[in-house]
Amino acid sequence: MTEITGEIEGIVEGTDLPKRLKDEVYESIEGRDVTDEQAASIAEAVESRYLDTRVEPLDPVGTVSAQSIGEPGTQMTMNTFHYAGVAEIDVTQGLPRLIELVDARKTPDTPMMTVYLDEQHAENREKAHEVVWNIESTRILALGDVSTNVADMLVQVNLNEQTLDERLISAETVAEVIEDSLGVEVTQTGTTIEFGPEQPSYRRLLQLVEELREIVFKGIDEVSRVVIRKEEVEGNEEFILYTEGSAFGDVLDIEGVDASRTTCNNIHEVYRNLGVEAARETIIDETMNTLEEQGLGDVNIRHLMLVADIMTAEGTIESIGRHGISGNKDSVLARAAFEVTVNHLLDAAVHGEVDDLDGVTENVIVGKPIKLGTGDVNLRMGGATTDGSGRAD
Amino acid sequence: MSTNATPKEIGAIDFGLMNPEEYRDMSATKIITADTYDDDGYPIDMGLMDPRLGVIDPGLECKTCGQHSGSCNGHFGHIELAAPVIHVGFTKLIRRLLRGTCRECSRLLLDEHERDEFAERLQRARDLDDDVNDVTKAAIRQARKADRCPYCGEEQYDVQHEKPTTYYEVQDVLAAEYPQLIAEAMQPDEEEDRPATSPQELADATDIELSRINDILGGEFRPREESREAIERALDVDLSEEDLNKLMPSDIRDWFEAIPDEDVEVLGINAERSRPEWMILTVLPVPPVTARPSITLDNGQRSEDDLTHKLVDIIRINQRFMENREAGAPQLIIEDLWELLQYHVTTFMDNEISGTPPARHRSGRPLKTLSQRLKGKEGRFRGSLSGKRVNFSARTVISPDPTLSLNEVGVPERVAREMTQTMNVNEQNIEEARQYVRNGSEAHPGANRVIRPDGKVMKILDQAKEELAERIEPGWQVQRHLSDGDIVIFNRQPSLHRMSIMAHEVVVMPYKTFRLNTTVCPPYNADFDGDEMNMHALQNEEARAEARVLMRVQEQILSPRFGENIIGAIQDHVSGTYLLTHDDPEMGGLPRFNETQALDLLRATGVDTLPDDDGTDEQGRPYWTGRTIFSELLPSALDLEFTSSTGDRVAIDDGALVEGTIDEDAVGAFGGEIVDTIVKQYSETRARVFINEVASLAMRAIMHFGFSIGIDDESISDAAEAQIDESMENAYERVQELIDTYENDDLESLPGRTVDETLEMKIMQTLGKARDSAGDIADEHFDDDNPAVIMAESGARGSMLNLTQMAACVGQQAVRGERINRGYEDRTLSHFKPGDLSAEAHGFVEDSYRSGLTPREFFFHAMGGREGLVDTAVRTSKSGYLQRRLINALSELETQYDGTVRDTSDNIVQFEFGEDNTSPVKVSSSDDNEIDVDEIADRVLAAEFEDEGEEFAGAQATNLSESADDRMDRDRPSSPIDVPEVGDD
Repeated sequence: MTEITGEIEGIVEGTDLPKRLKDEVYESIEGRDVTDEQAASIAEAVESRYLDTRVEPLDPVGTVSAQSIGEPGTQMTMNTFHYAGVAEIDVTQGLPRLIELVDARKTPDTPMMTVYLDEQHAENREKAHEVVWNIESTRILALGDVSTNVADMLVQVNLNEQTLDERLISAETVAEVIEDSLGVEVTQTGTTIEFGPEQPSYRRLLQLVEELREIVFKGIDEVSRVVIRKEEVEGNEEFILYTEGSAFGDVLDIEGVDASRTTCNNIHEVYRNLGVEAARETIIDETMNTLEEQGLGDVNIRHLMLVADIMTAEGTIESIGRHGISGNKDSVLARAAFEVTVNHLLDAAVHGEVDDLDGVTENVIVGKPIKLGTGDVNLRMGGATTDGSGRAD
Repeated sequence: MSTNATPKEIGAIDFGLMNPEEYRDMSATKIITADTYDDDGYPIDMGLMDPRLGVIDPGLECKTCGQHSGSCNGHFGHIELAAPVIHVGFTKLIRRLLRGTCRECSRLLLDEHERDEFAERLQRARDLDDDVNDVTKAAIRQARKADRCPYCGEEQYDVQHEKPTTYYEVQDVLAAEYPQLIAEAMQPDEEEDRPATSPQELADATDIELSRINDILGGEFRPREESREAIERALDVDLSEEDLNKLMPSDIRDWFEAIPDEDVEVLGINAERSRPEWMILTVLPVPPVTARPSITLDNGQRSEDDLTHKLVDIIRINQRFMENREAGAPQLIIEDLWELLQYHVTTFMDNEISGTPPARHRSGRPLKTLSQRLKGKEGRFRGSLSGKRVNFSARTVISPDPTLSLNEVGVPERVAREMTQTMNVNEQNIEEARQYVRNGSEAHPGANRVIRPDGKVMKILDQAKEELAERIEPGWQVQRHLSDGDIVIFNRQPSLHRMSIMAHEVVVMPYKTFRLNTTVCPPYNADFDGDEMNMHALQNEEARAEARVLMRVQEQILSPRFGENIIGAIQDHVSGTYLLTHDDPEMGGLPRFNETQALDLLRATGVDTLPDDDGTDEQGRPYWTGRTIFSELLPSALDLEFTSSTGDRVAIDDGALVEGTIDEDAVGAFGGEIVDTIVKQYSETRARVFINEVASLAMRAIMHFGFSIGIDDESISDAAEAQIDESMENAYERVQELIDTYENDDLESLPGRTVDETLEMKIMQTLGKARDSAGDIADEHFDDDNPAVIMAESGARGSMLNLTQMAACVGQQAVRGERINRGYEDRTLSHFKPGDLSAEAHGFVEDSYRSGLTPREFFFHAMGGREGLVDTAVRTSKSGYLQRRLINALSELETQYDGTVRDTSDNIVQFEFGEDNTSPVKVSSSDDNEIDVDEIADRVLAAEFEDEGEEFAGAQATNLSESADDRMDRDRPSSPIDVPEVGDD
């Protein structure tokens, strides 16, 4: 109702509010009939409320965040498998998943992707399925039956025409792929494919069958299964694919995939393909989801942000623990006090390290006040006595 | 600074290796005898217990510094090792150095260009805070590639390392059986189509004279390098053999001594502080006696420390080594002794080296040597340095006391008499101080010690207390007993979050337990089934001020995890407020109270006048409703409206509860709306008063109504029982149908599941539904005034599920998220037929806890219950480690004045905490908008029309003690507070 004039904008922009709140103020002003003065006082009131809720300087936010994530850990289940949203896909949940995230494991226990589709594919089941076949790895057993003819030393594959059509593969391509990857001559008639070892050898025959089973005819090797689900996203019904196994980089290149929304639960894959900021975002999302799944969604997201930020502050993903942040601390004593005590001391001796005793652990060890919170300020008592013998300190 | 003076404050710690000369310089004495004490029990001179190394026996004097035990820290001695030995901690580095430097001139095997490049990379890694080891390892790898030294041209050999401390140089030498090897190669080989070679042919091919060839074949002549290679080429045979040349520590030491400083620097070693040759020990420092005290056993025998035992071994072998060498013993014996010496020195430093048997005590227990002292949870670092024992602390069992304020703690008198606070005596308090001293250390508000201005501490003894009291003057200090109103720190382990350690005000009480208000149980996660807690008395004014301002319970009402209150009504408090404010037509509407009853309800609160009555009863006597009485506790201007999780709309208008029932969502711990709002809009002090008063009102209320639960409260009528039986029967039928379809192969599998899995899932589902419907039936049967229902409804304790299990059906027992599928082959118990898929054969408990379980059900129930126990046990250790790692990684982060979050080395981690600098304590994380702009806008506009300014947050002093509450504005005139007056002596 009220138009945002330059004047109002000037007032709002002049406040200390973060962008999110500024937008809300605009929205709120637009939604009602107010004068410029009223708009100004609204902005002012919001600002003063905001200033009231800010963190105080010298607040030891690190410890508070660590506790706020660690404490609910005691309430989580150890049960590894539970069904997350999609009943068909097992995903590691609870404490094991939280530990996995904080450890920054190279591959999660149950890698998974959530693939969103672009406009052309999202609402059409057929089109969505096309994408599915390009993602899900198709092996021979999905396409037909394999039998070995020992008498003729032949491997026979009877392809199922229906699945071939469905998965958009022709019998010819199947034959070609087999020929290329096994290096044997393949004869194909209709939906029957036959091949055998160059020289009659029973062992080789069986070996061929084994190898045949491993060939990926279509899709991505790492993705063993794709589940397609119709879900409501921002008021629209669309198809979303959930994959078991992940190959984030490959999936982003597939036609029909909306790369801007597709996610993966392997933070390293996200880091490799989208960079460290995306990895940070993934850490936050994944930890938040894990907590929510356990009914602990009330943990303030800012705590998770801090953890994600310290893990990614160096520009790469560092784990929390001996091999990551704690192991790379400047202070010898802090490292020694955490884990592998003796080695850190010996290395420090050889490298001639100097511990400047800045951190928390070191100062606990040497018995000095730590430089956090009230230990970070110095107060001097003013001597207001008239005879000049006022005591300082 | 003399070696003895301990620094007052440590500014920095330098690490480095020690020069042997330095060991000798700082040594108080050389140790040469392995014996400790002589027959008279006196320490032997130059023995391991030499009095120059410090003293442990009281009364003796240290021969180095002249101090007595306790004040003398001890002094190092030294052992001159007969031969150098390797320091086990550096074996890997020694190997690297041996491989990367020239065996002749000791220079790093990199040409100048390469060396400078690595030096540069190293500097870069240091600047960028990267791992320095990556560069040094790469440098060694590069250096190893060189076959010859780029400086002296000497050929280089590979160095083999045999763990833990032996090094060999691998050289290619002529194999001992070279004649056989050549002869064999000259024989014809049919398989490989090789014709025989005659000696003449060989001579031609190799340009060696025939006679020489014959000599070689006869083993009379060893071919030289060139001819050997020629023969090898001609016959396609390998005549070399790897020869391991053992490098003695003395060789290695000589080798390392010659490495130039510049080369060492490239390997990341600080040459000034740590020369590589110092990694090979020639002198062994002997730790002072104070670091390895001997214990006198009851029978007067002395038991020596593990380190002493180890040193005895070292000295003995050292001695023997020297004697043997002087006597000119054969090399073999010398080498054996050398190895033995190496073993003892190795285990002296680390007794857990893989591949070496640990040195053992006579009893067979492995010795605890230097490394073991530092390592692990109980080691020096984690056990003694990061975690310290403290004085002025107490620990005892806790018990509840609803008459205390949540800010207070009841301290047993015995504890109060032991713990002291130091009083600086001045003109104002001298009389008080004297009174404490006169009371002595036995009577409660007394004192234990006085300190004179010259620092002399005097114990207050019963006989001398009167006299001592008179001598006290300003400037003295009196250590008086802990008394009412003092601030102490209170803690319950595990300290998982900051609310596990809070400051309380002392209330001295009789008996032997700490007393707590029950509302502080949630932050400590405490109950009274035998829990113990710790108390710490603060020892200086800064600490007391900090504790009072920052750590007091009322300052911790809001949890930083979710930004809502963690302190509030629990259990019976919730039942009480529920009963008080619940409007149930069946129970006669809102409870009403006459004047006496109303006053009784409010007697433990600060309310001392009743509001206007809500009406009169038939006899014309005024009555008050529960809601009106509850409203008395609310700040008078409070406006609040919310929907509780039961769907009940609760409305508070102008400080009066006009609608809705007060339950856990309103006043409970973990985000009770009213408490939360009061902390945020009023003050912590107001919230504390509110919680205290709600708790005492609720206790009065629940006592008024009476509240109990027994087994009869879970029994249901026969009709309902029959209904449940019927629904169970139905469920069994459906399960049987599923099994039949499965057995006929007609069951269609769910996407991505096998048929077996599908069947299991469907059965689980069916049985789950069966329990729920049984629960529903039971639920319908229960009246709303059933105590179990009241507790579940109000959120006080228990859930409807618990009630279902007690009254109707316990339900399916699960292990690993599946029906019970273990035990015998194809069946769970021998009571069932193999392959039985039915509900009862796989852990479905049809009975209720009240009706009792059958033996089979009981067994399955125990299986499920056991999993829960195991789960908790595993979880606590895992999550404890997670917490430790998280805290270790994040502990250094702090917000700065510029809003950034940095660690203590000033590295920025966030530019703004949580992207908007909002404190997680001050905003609730569950709200969609943490700051409700629309609401503020409405309020601003409304305020403008009414033309009155509104204070959103009342800024009040929050650090007032419990006894200073009169000064708090309660939004109501005059309000004496529920707290007993602080004792005055």
